[in-house]
Amino acid sequence: MPTDTPALEIRGLRKSYRHGSTALKGIDLTVYPGEFFALLGPNGAGKTTTIGILTSLVTKTEGKIRVFGIDHDKKSAEARALMGVVPQEINFNLFERVADIVINQAGYYGVPRAIARPRCQQLLEGLDLWPYREAMARTLSGGFKRRLMIARALIHEPRLLILDEPTAGVDVEMRHETWSFLRTLNLSGTTIILTTHYLEEAELLCERLAIIHQGAIVAQGRKRDLLELLNQQTYILDLFEPLATLPDLPIRNIQLLDPHQIEIVIDRNEDLNPIFEVLASHHIRVQSLRNKSNRLEELFLNLTGGVRDSHT
Amino acid sequence: MTRIHENWIGLQTLVLKEVTRIFRIWSQTLIPPMITMTLYFVIFGSVIGARVGKISGFSYMAYIAPGLIMMSVITNSYSNVVSSFFGAKFARHVEELMVSPLPLTCILLGYMAGGMMRGLLTGSLVTLVALFFTHLEPAHPWIIITVALFTSAIFSLAGFTNAIFAKKFDDIAIVPTFVLTPLTYLGGVFYSISLLPPFWRTLSRFNPIVYMVGAFRTGILGIQTMPLTTAYGIMSLFLVALFSANLWLLKRGIGLRS
Repeated sequence: MPTDTPALEIRGLRKSYRHGSTALKGIDLTVYPGEFFALLGPNGAGKTTTIGILTSLVTKTEGKIRVFGIDHDKKSAEARALMGVVPQEINFNLFERVADIVINQAGYYGVPRAIARPRCQQLLEGLDLWPYREAMARTLSGGFKRRLMIARALIHEPRLLILDEPTAGVDVEMRHETWSFLRTLNLSGTTIILTTHYLEEAELLCERLAIIHQGAIVAQGRKRDLLELLNQQTYILDLFEPLATLPDLPIRNIQLLDPHQIEIVIDRNEDLNPIFEVLASHHIRVQSLRNKSNRLEELFLNLTGGVRDSHT
Repeated sequence: MTRIHENWIGLQTLVLKEVTRIFRIWSQTLIPPMITMTLYFVIFGSVIGARVGKISGFSYMAYIAPGLIMMSVITNSYSNVVSSFFGAKFARHVEELMVSPLPLTCILLGYMAGGMMRGLLTGSLVTLVALFFTHLEPAHPWIIITVALFTSAIFSLAGFTNAIFAKKFDDIAIVPTFVLTPLTYLGGVFYSISLLPPFWRTLSRFNPIVYMVGAFRTGILGIQTMPLTTAYGIMSLFLVALFSANLWLLKRGIGLRS
């Protein structure tokens, strides 16, 4: 784990609303420079509230935030200058030109136009938006609108990039291109914090993660270490011949999902071979085997008590 | 690069964006005031004014010209900021500014400058229209310039306050319809408040627009209906009060932060 000043340090962050609900119950979070960090949690867990507080769009009730060692309360402008934000909702002026949106944002961060223009070109080219630079933002597809928000967030070359669901509603091809862009950006030294509904996205890109649930951090650490916490795995077996009912088998946690599929839940260190032997002895032939969900999803559901197949 | 220089770039960017907006939607921002004011000149100046006779030694057309110019400055400064800032709030692109390190003072100044720009631009266009109908020879250019600057700044800030509190599009139409228009019409645009009965004359003195229109009329026609120091004092008071109030509202994040 890196030992530098953390890129982001959150201590005891609380957010309560006047009507009595509490969105954050005193969360602690540390993100180190150069990391690609995932903040995961179900809808309403407090991810967007946390990002809102970081970006000053939500006022905190209590807690301390430091961005690269800079106190977010005392030197808010300095702290914000180090951050770039890609929010969940489209929040640029749809009636402005693509290049203007990016260059104006540079201006708000004090970047002169002479510097912003070539930087804008580089970013728009990197995100395949350059051909649309003169187009009104409203004419862009959903995927390109999200990319435009990434370009806008990067125009002042922030050291910390915060992405709130950056690929939501984006097609597979464009999502992979965005991942590739973000990975390159992270390798060049930009610290990235990602919240996402796509757990495979977090599993693919991030080394460390935190899971937030009902306003509290329920797990935080290296992905590998957290996945070690998983005690069980769920497999789906596709069958050659359909089964009307499942015979009485000496296998724990087995159920027939439909005539062609069986679900088995086994312990992490349990051997699968005896299960196949039992199935074969009952003339149940297995055509293929797969994980029901990816490992991170499994961990997520364990920690948040979520329902399988639900969105995060 | 110093923080001050960076903030200056931010402010310039915001002003440029606001001015670009005025010209991008010129058919909504620049043309309607010209048409409206042309109608005022035709109806009140030519048709009705011909029967009114002279006021303070000037034709009715010349007398109402400064008031109509002020009226366009007031309504356009106000509506520019209220629609632009509320639009930014509604479409959430105000967040672009709120997440940036740009100080709130610069955000307020940027929108104020945009409103002033539109107010002064339409005021200039209406002046050109007025010149088709009557002869105007500026008596005190510095009074004209300073009163126009004060008025446009004050109503830009008033529009900003309206936009901060507005939650839906109806809210940005209520104040102009029920407050701004009556105050403007009763602010001595079409008449001299000295013609009013004592009660209404006294009541009119609580209307700040009376002082703006009166001072502007002094600048253009040279006739003085009130002490200029009173007019400048009231305008300064409103300017400082509205600027401070808006800055406080921004700092509290009212209507902007949850």
